[in-house]
Amino acid sequence: MVARAALAKAKADLTADRLDGLTSPDGAAWAQRARSEALARLTDMGLPHRRDEYWKYTDPSSLVAPVAPKAALFDNDEGPAFDGVDRIKIVFVDGVFDAESSSDLQAEGLEIERLSEATQRDIHWAKELFGVLEARNAQGAVPRPMSAMNTAFAEDGVCIRAFAKVEKPVNLIYLHKSEASDAILHHCVKVEAGAEVTLLETGPAAARFSKVMEVDVGDHGAFHHVRAQGRDHERRAYTAQYGRLGEGSTYKSFTLTANGVLTRNETIIELTGDDAVTHVAGAAVGDGKDFHHDDTVFITHDAVGCESRQVFKKVLRNGAVGVFQGKILVQPGAQKTDGYQISQSLLLDDDSQFLAKPELEIYADDVACSHGSTSGAISEEALFYLKSRGVPHHEATNLLTLAFLAEALDEIENQTYAVDLHERLANWLNRRN
Amino acid sequence: MVALDQSQVKDGVDQETVDAVAKLSGKYKYGWETEIEMDYAPKGVSPDIVRLISDKNEEPEWMTDWRLQAYSRWEQMEEPEWAMVSYPKIDFQDQYYYARPKSMQEKPKSLDDVDPKLLATYEKLGIPLKEQMILAGVEGAEDAPSEGRKVAVDAVFDSVSVGTTFQKELEKAGVIFCSISEAIKNHPELVKKYLGSVVPPSDNYYATLNSAVFSDGSFVYVPPGVRCPMELSTYFRINAENTGQFERTLIIADKGSYVSYLEGCTAPQRDTAQLHAAVVEIIVEEDAEVKYSTVQNWFPGDEEGKGGIYNFVTKRADCRGDRSKVMWTQVETGSAVTWKYPSCILRGDNSQGEFYSIAITNNMQQADTGTKMVHLGKNTKSRIVSKGISAGKAQNTYRGLVSMHPKAKNSRNYTQCDSLLIGDKCGAHTVPYIEVKNNSSRVEHEATTSKVDDDQLFYCRQRGMDEEEAVALVVNGFCKDVLQALPMEFAMEAQQLVAISLEGSVG
Repeated sequence: MVARAALAKAKADLTADRLDGLTSPDGAAWAQRARSEALARLTDMGLPHRRDEYWKYTDPSSLVAPVAPKAALFDNDEGPAFDGVDRIKIVFVDGVFDAESSSDLQAEGLEIERLSEATQRDIHWAKELFGVLEARNAQGAVPRPMSAMNTAFAEDGVCIRAFAKVEKPVNLIYLHKSEASDAILHHCVKVEAGAEVTLLETGPAAARFSKVMEVDVGDHGAFHHVRAQGRDHERRAYTAQYGRLGEGSTYKSFTLTANGVLTRNETIIELTGDDAVTHVAGAAVGDGKDFHHDDTVFITHDAVGCESRQVFKKVLRNGAVGVFQGKILVQPGAQKTDGYQISQSLLLDDDSQFLAKPELEIYADDVACSHGSTSGAISEEALFYLKSRGVPHHEATNLLTLAFLAEALDEIENQTYAVDLHERLANWLNRRN
Repeated sequence: MVALDQSQVKDGVDQETVDAVAKLSGKYKYGWETEIEMDYAPKGVSPDIVRLISDKNEEPEWMTDWRLQAYSRWEQMEEPEWAMVSYPKIDFQDQYYYARPKSMQEKPKSLDDVDPKLLATYEKLGIPLKEQMILAGVEGAEDAPSEGRKVAVDAVFDSVSVGTTFQKELEKAGVIFCSISEAIKNHPELVKKYLGSVVPPSDNYYATLNSAVFSDGSFVYVPPGVRCPMELSTYFRINAENTGQFERTLIIADKGSYVSYLEGCTAPQRDTAQLHAAVVEIIVEEDAEVKYSTVQNWFPGDEEGKGGIYNFVTKRADCRGDRSKVMWTQVETGSAVTWKYPSCILRGDNSQGEFYSIAITNNMQQADTGTKMVHLGKNTKSRIVSKGISAGKAQNTYRGLVSMHPKAKNSRNYTQCDSLLIGDKCGAHTVPYIEVKNNSSRVEHEATTSKVDDDQLFYCRQRGMDEEEAVALVVNGFCKDVLQALPMEFAMEAQQLVAISLEGSVG
């Protein structure tokens, strides 16, 4: 047991180093219990190591280092995303709530409260959610110590509860203003039966960012999530969204990631009510040797007649690395499941890499599950066709690259957001030429 | 049968398929045991046992040292736990590593000298008379009367028999085909050069154990430019008579040569599980081609999962030369637990690797099988077609790696793995790893687990076919592309498998 013991020792040391100096915030008894349980889980699992199965393609060392590596501030020449949209703004600067820049948190059909306040109350609905979905960890065989650490130490975040179909989206805006910031945020979202809410997330957040979001969607409720992770070159982020879906409910999430030294986006969704639907999509564009982007998606079908759809696209160049890990798990009895997963990468030059592990684990016989994964360069023929029609080389390349990404963008239902993100992608490509 | 009848079968899987799967994997017809006097080495494994095995095979010192080094490495290693299989911990000290029929102490000189029990065993297995003589280790079998030869030629496994029967002809062509223990004695320079060069002695837990204790196996050398005049075959049976629990196969295809190699195996039905840890190494030089086909039919254990073979096998081919080619075809129906990944290292430019697999699990069987395609050379190509069928309470996992190294420019891979579930208590899983490190290569991976496509069915029905015909037609191809890759010699088994009528499965 030489190697396994050595790994366990390395992880225990790593965890001890990281936890040294971190303090758990105060709060009501239920919150403290959730935090101490999370800490116990974390100590038990140990922080991730390159030799852990689900970190083999992404080196977690800078995410777990005691001190966050510095990230230079980025002068964003583009306006903030979704600027023209009428929305409820909740602003965090380097992980600290900014009341002045934020909107009034009172809104019709919604109850919004900061986590730091909610966790002080002896009675709060978030008790049923905070650390609960994260601990439930639908696919228990995969340890998620980064999430447990977030639950144990997150001082703030937002708790959003939707009672009705809410038109106005809630926009979490994460600003990055300090080179050495190390932010931890934890959000809880409860969509009551029949209610509907849209959550937008924008901005780079911090030099190092850890974010966990737990979303419980009641029967026939709907949760829409669109996010644009900032263009800072040097930022690092670990994010995880945990979703639990009731009968006939919907959970749709889209993420655009441009640049960033290291991004690990985890999505863990559990379909527990019959006929629930979830669509998770992502488009990532990366340029340069220091770009590393990782989508890790686990969908668990535990009810009859559910649908899940995953569409992930990556455009990589100049040595950028893209990772996709995903699993569709169909539990015994989850008949009539429709599961689909596609992960594709476009490598714009010979130095970039795509590493994928798309898995299926199926214990029910009346299901339709498929997954596909492809990787390659831009089609020479398509490029030639466009050039023969007089389109300059770089324009033709951009056109084909955008077309490649479009399948993921098509997953966004709301056209306003889709158009905004499409423009951002086009700009990103143009800047690179 | 029992397990299948109890569980609900989804629409679109016809009864014939269900019955055929049950017949094939439910009742094990090779489960009897031959009672025969044996010579055993003491139970357990230790440096002394390693020396004893080496001694029994009359090996030179360098071979003994090689084994002992492997043994000391093995002691440092940990059993792998990553596969999606679960079984009680194996007590490596509670089994025999060497067993030989007493009557084989002196090699029999003619058929009359061979222990009749051995003869009866092979007869019962359906292997023709001629082959009986050869498998029983008769020296000079190639000169036996011609009626034996006729039987051999007509038999399903005739190539085993023919292979040795036509030893002279093989020799004339320059092909060496013998047991590995003979090769160590007679061709030490070849064995020294190639043994462990594809699967190093410290490769993985079971391969390392094998390196220390392998008792026998086959050796093939095909010299440059030679197309092996016949198919070569080995039939493994785990029984008291056979020492094939840890076998080692080494195949060398020199420049521009070609060989097709077949492997079959069965074992008696016992209550306790038995370990089978084999290593197969294939070296493919420039312009050479090797086809390796397996019909694996070890005892799968009973319906409650009692007994059966733990089949932990390391198979790897190294396409060293440019334009070399290797093709693995496997039909896996037996074993309680299978842990097997026949792999291709595509080192030479323009080399090709292919992997075709059908894995059928029933009752309590578990299979975690797949392949690795490691593309190192330019313009290398690989193709993976894997079909998994799960019934009863079985678990069937495809696990594979496709790796495109930065220098493997303009390489291609196509992977398809489909699963069919019969009943709602079994599982089918897919765990592919895809690593692409250059952009001129294309990698495509597809996997499905589903019912027959309704649109296609509708189309057929519309043309006047009845439901059953339509289903048969639509899914006809499910396993055909794998079965077609099998050589004629396995036609009988293949036919049985076709009867499974994977016609009834998935698209």
